[in-house]
Amino acid sequence: MNAVAPVVVAHGLTKRFHDFIAVDHLDLSINTGEVVGFIGPNGAGKSTTIRMLCGLIQPSEGSATVAGFDIEKQAEAVREHIGYMSQKFSLYGDLTVRENLRFFSGIYRVPRREISERMAFAITMAGLKGREDTLVRTLAGGWKQRLALGCAILHRPPVLFLDEPTSGVEPEARRRFWDLIHDLAAEGVTTLVSTHYMDEAEYCNRIALIDRGKLIALGSPRELRNLPLGGDLFEIRCTPLGAALKALTQAPGVTDVAIFGDALHVVLGANHKGGNTLSAGDLPNFLAQQGIHAEPAQQVLPSLEDVFVQLVTRGQEERDMS
Amino acid sequence: MNLRRLFALAYKETLQIWRDPRSLAIALLMPLMQMAILGYGVSLDIKHVPLCVYDQENSQQSRGLVQDFVSSGWFSISRRLEREADIRDAMDRGSCNAAIVVPVNFSRTLAMNGTAPVQAIFDATDVNTTNIALGYAQGAMAQASREFVTGWAAAHGTQPSLVGQINLEPNTWFNETLDSRNFIIPGVVAVILALVGAQLTSLTISREWERGTMEQLISTPVTALEVMLGKLTPYFMIGLIDAGFCLAVAIFWFHVPFRGNVITLFTTTMLFLIVVLGIGYLISVRIRSQLGASQVALLVTMLPTNLLSGYTFPIDQMPAAIQALTLVVYARYYVTILRGVFLKGSSLTDLWMPIVGLSVYALLIIWLAARAFHKRIN
Repeated sequence: MNAVAPVVVAHGLTKRFHDFIAVDHLDLSINTGEVVGFIGPNGAGKSTTIRMLCGLIQPSEGSATVAGFDIEKQAEAVREHIGYMSQKFSLYGDLTVRENLRFFSGIYRVPRREISERMAFAITMAGLKGREDTLVRTLAGGWKQRLALGCAILHRPPVLFLDEPTSGVEPEARRRFWDLIHDLAAEGVTTLVSTHYMDEAEYCNRIALIDRGKLIALGSPRELRNLPLGGDLFEIRCTPLGAALKALTQAPGVTDVAIFGDALHVVLGANHKGGNTLSAGDLPNFLAQQGIHAEPAQQVLPSLEDVFVQLVTRGQEERDMS
Repeated sequence: MNLRRLFALAYKETLQIWRDPRSLAIALLMPLMQMAILGYGVSLDIKHVPLCVYDQENSQQSRGLVQDFVSSGWFSISRRLEREADIRDAMDRGSCNAAIVVPVNFSRTLAMNGTAPVQAIFDATDVNTTNIALGYAQGAMAQASREFVTGWAAAHGTQPSLVGQINLEPNTWFNETLDSRNFIIPGVVAVILALVGAQLTSLTISREWERGTMEQLISTPVTALEVMLGKLTPYFMIGLIDAGFCLAVAIFWFHVPFRGNVITLFTTTMLFLIVVLGIGYLISVRIRSQLGASQVALLVTMLPTNLLSGYTFPIDQMPAAIQALTLVVYARYYVTILRGVFLKGSSLTDLWMPIVGLSVYALLIIWLAARAFHKRIN
């Protein structure tokens, strides 16, 4: 692993829009062939970071290099070495599949004798064989996204920036899309991909969790799952959920509580076995007193989502304190 | 700059234009329609001025005089009056713009003295029309006088003493028939190209922003100069077709005499197209909504080209400050060039002044346009 050099490096990358800080002193280092998932709530600064790394937005502060080129001073060299998919679909809807591919081949100056081979590859990859002459605006979401990826990799860029490439795409198509990303990673393509689907986090080598412009956690899915939650995690099924959430937020000994599917995930502090704080066994009774029906609590292993929710709310509370 | 990227852009843009037949039809038919409307609509000639006649004598000679007015084609008799007071009434009602009063002893005075007064009255509310009508009236009177003199000479063997001995023989050059259409139509071509040209390119950048395709495009290594040239090239072709249409209509439909040479016409037209398309492109870069860009393009081109290009209102009659202002109205150079090429057959060297003006403009616009586009989102 000594030979692996970081391909994307950001130091204190910051973007301010007037008073609003979209990205706040972000440090990030991504190695060759890594698939890094960029996860965080809407407006956390994922798109802004990606756009800065592509040279589409000028950073207010800090610096970054992509494939060894400075994003500000060598923006054009950066653009030669990246493939980018924006959040909004941005191919030409009034051109056909083939015309879009041909256009980007020309723009990226794909060597002429390789054009037909690479276009054929992109068409096969996108599953659009036989539909080469279809106008792109008539394609369904999943095909559009795969074609956009096909256009973004025509020039075989070593680095890919994908901004929520799977949003609004059906689950089956999303899974196929991730297969493509892993195929590319196997060939050494480095990918930074943002998503708000938690299940997709599991597909990444590493996850960068970002909230309010700040990087709050970075690590492999396993490392993040093992982050201390500040107590044990219990799942409790109860109705109504909203009232239970409200009651438990105030309860003594409860470090954290969040809705998880049709149940609640409750973190009980390390000292929950003594004193006047609640223990896992007390939870159904405590809720029953509030008129909430609850089943016995069961200890569960934290999922990535539990970790994210806790990290984000912890950050929120720290901000509220100060 | 890379030719391959430039070609890829120009080809893509052409495909998009081709895929949108309605916009293409508008781009090609609009200028023809405007040629028809402005070509027929705008005329400074005044024909069939409504004329009231108060012929107090009603003799053969007085009727002959009135007939000279009518047969000139400039006047048509709208009313015959019986009383002096009716003239005012007819003017008030708008039933005539001019009136002639032939005195009761017209033919007798004329026979005795060799001259006789005839009164002509004009409604001068519209000064321009009045001046032209006045000129026509003098023309008609001169015609009547010549007929009379010929008759007198035949009868008396001598010239009548008081009839003017100095005969002005007007000789109009370049527009021999004094048809204002010959003068106006070349201007119409310039105005239409200025309008249509800026409209064509005003949407080209804003469309990509609106559709979200710009974000993808600027993430590629394409340069701002390539974007500009790639986008302008197909519209330059459409502009040339439009120019060809308009000039052909001017020559073959409106029969404006074309005395210059086609090469002069096309080199200057290309220069003008660069300016107008460049201005549309500049607007498109600055304003990111299609509607906004199109309206600004209309506003920026419509008023100055109509009022200050010299196409209807002669620049040398304007106050000095306004004349100075017209120097920035690029259409004025092309109006001057077109009139020169059409009516005088001027060559490139004759027209060096407006050509230099237009060239400076073209360089400035291209320079500004090339610098205006930045590959940044905000």
